[in-house]
Amino acid sequence: MSILINRNSRVITQGITGKTGQFHTRMCRDYAFGKECFVAGVNPRKPGEDFEGIPVFATVQEAKQQTGANVSVIYVPPPFAAAAIDEAVEAGLDLVICITEGIPVRDMIRTRYNMQGKKTKLIGPNCPGIITPDELKIGIMPGYIHKKGRIGVVSRSGTLTYEAVAQLMALGLGQSTCIGIGGDPVNGLKHLDVMQLFNDDDETDAVLMVGEIGGSDEEDCARWIKDNMRKPVAGFIAGVTAPPGKRMGHAGAIISGGKGTAQEKLDVMESCGIKVTRNPAEMGKLLKSVL
Amino acid sequence: MKIHEYQAKEILRQYGVATPQGVACFSVDEAVNAAKQLGGDIWAVKAQIYAGGRGKGGGVKVAKSLDEVRQRAGEILGMRLVTHQTGPEGRIVHRLFIEQGVKIDKEYYAGMVVDRRQQRVCLMASSEGGMDIEKVAAETPDKIHKIFIDPVAGLTPQQAEEVARKVGIPAVCVPQAITLLQGLYRAFDETDASLLEINPLGLVNGGQVMALDAKMNFDDNALYRHSDIVALRDLDEEDPVEIEAAKHELSYIPLDGNIGCLVNGAGLAMATMDIIKLYGGNPANFLDVGGGATAEKVTEAFKLMLRNPKLQAILVNIFGGIMKCDVIAQGVVAAAREVQLTVPLVVRLEGTNVDLGKQILADSGLPIISATDMADAAQKAVNAAKTKPSSCGCQN
Repeated sequence: MSILINRNSRVITQGITGKTGQFHTRMCRDYAFGKECFVAGVNPRKPGEDFEGIPVFATVQEAKQQTGANVSVIYVPPPFAAAAIDEAVEAGLDLVICITEGIPVRDMIRTRYNMQGKKTKLIGPNCPGIITPDELKIGIMPGYIHKKGRIGVVSRSGTLTYEAVAQLMALGLGQSTCIGIGGDPVNGLKHLDVMQLFNDDDETDAVLMVGEIGGSDEEDCARWIKDNMRKPVAGFIAGVTAPPGKRMGHAGAIISGGKGTAQEKLDVMESCGIKVTRNPAEMGKLLKSVL
Repeated sequence: MKIHEYQAKEILRQYGVATPQGVACFSVDEAVNAAKQLGGDIWAVKAQIYAGGRGKGGGVKVAKSLDEVRQRAGEILGMRLVTHQTGPEGRIVHRLFIEQGVKIDKEYYAGMVVDRRQQRVCLMASSEGGMDIEKVAAETPDKIHKIFIDPVAGLTPQQAEEVARKVGIPAVCVPQAITLLQGLYRAFDETDASLLEINPLGLVNGGQVMALDAKMNFDDNALYRHSDIVALRDLDEEDPVEIEAAKHELSYIPLDGNIGCLVNGAGLAMATMDIIKLYGGNPANFLDVGGGATAEKVTEAFKLMLRNPKLQAILVNIFGGIMKCDVIAQGVVAAAREVQLTVPLVVRLEGTNVDLGKQILADSGLPIISATDMADAAQKAVNAAKTKPSSCGCQN
């Protein structure tokens, strides 16, 4: 089954006429079933146009009505990105993936508030996206490094996720779905939400969970795993060497008031029975050992 | 982004938050004139640096005459102020804030941050003002009261009243506290603040509620819509290397070690620091070149790392996705040539066009140490840093 997306998903690109949107829509369309899946773009000023055969609509609502799309991916610039999420939520899509980095936290607080009680799920913002290998890639990750298999991957970063996938591949382990939930402090799906989905997915046998400093998502997820998870989980947390009070690249990667340290997260994960490694070169090996 | 206390108070006053009257000064004469202009017979002379803990470090003094203002201002201005937040090197004081003295009857605490789990702004208040709030939170968490604020309704009078009563503000002063707390929230929200701290919030002069100190940080991602706040930025208070890095859209944070790291992606950059440490070395910096690194950007990144006199080796760790390894390899070669690199350089490339990238490094004729994976790269960098003589290895 994979989680959240598969070859039957129908995707709208919000921000399809921008340089980034065009580049990645092309890459995603060329991956596996992308040609059938990427059905629409949105730009309020360019309805009726098309991007290499993909029709452009004025609104998400219209794109959904005309094409039956149920997912959108957002590449619009930070000042307008939260409103783009709001629009997709209003249109009642199942899933929105926001790639945009640099959205003000205040905007995201309001957007998350508006999402309460709505059915739409959000991945990101400030994330690489989601891929179900050999079916559909929605986001900016390099598709070719993945292969269909039975390992789920959830992470807060981009290239560190690719690193994890490459390590799995070197051991012959393919993936059911890989998700980057993003590096922002106020975001959509958390580790915990994704873990629940993997737990219920017939095609996932084990999960590699990659976290980093800041917040307490990983701890929340670890406690849930202890009581509920029926599948093995292996984990790594980046930032054991990060100094307190400094934002390490990601807006959400900061140790504040002594909270959110990598050590604390690793300790909680271990105490919840999750196998963890301090060595980022051994994420794949560790996962293989728990199978 | 951070600002000074006096600037934060100026913003807060616009939102109806009561503060003592004060004047920012850049010289001793200005300080004495400010005290005269403020009037009264007691003043606070306060060092303005971005770090907290100024009082304990000797950066805040009370003066009971104009002569004493002169003396205290002279002592504080130009001093190297060391607090628990500045690190052992401290900060030189370039600005003073002269404030009218108030008689403090009781000190409370009020602060606001974004709570990640609730995804709302959280108002925290405590009866234990004037202390390190992290200590209060650790030792007596029941003395901290939290309210999560609805982004549409804002901080309601009922919520503000509840908090004011819980921390023990006298009933007669509660209306003032409500006005102040609501003003704090509106200021936080409208300026895109990421942190707002009033410590202490004072009950003064026999019945007034006032912000006696103020600390505000802002969300960097929202600065594009606050040119007035950007104008308050004091570059003297920021690390020149971080300022330079920001100009080139590089995310760079100096650390204590001797192995420089250049990585694409924040998570992988942290993991690279971690693995250096794991193999017995010490990272000299965090450096994320981002997703679209060009040869120019890589060159600037090398220059930033080479400013560090402790640097003994560089580790480049790139997972090429959209960014191709051959492009990065060309950047690394060009940068190594331009800066005449003399510290050992270990490069690990993986991902898109990796073979092309490795070929470019091999053909460059530069003494680049190639690594096959992260563990190999870390080991090689740690060894290279050990064997390197301890003099500065750069000719920047």
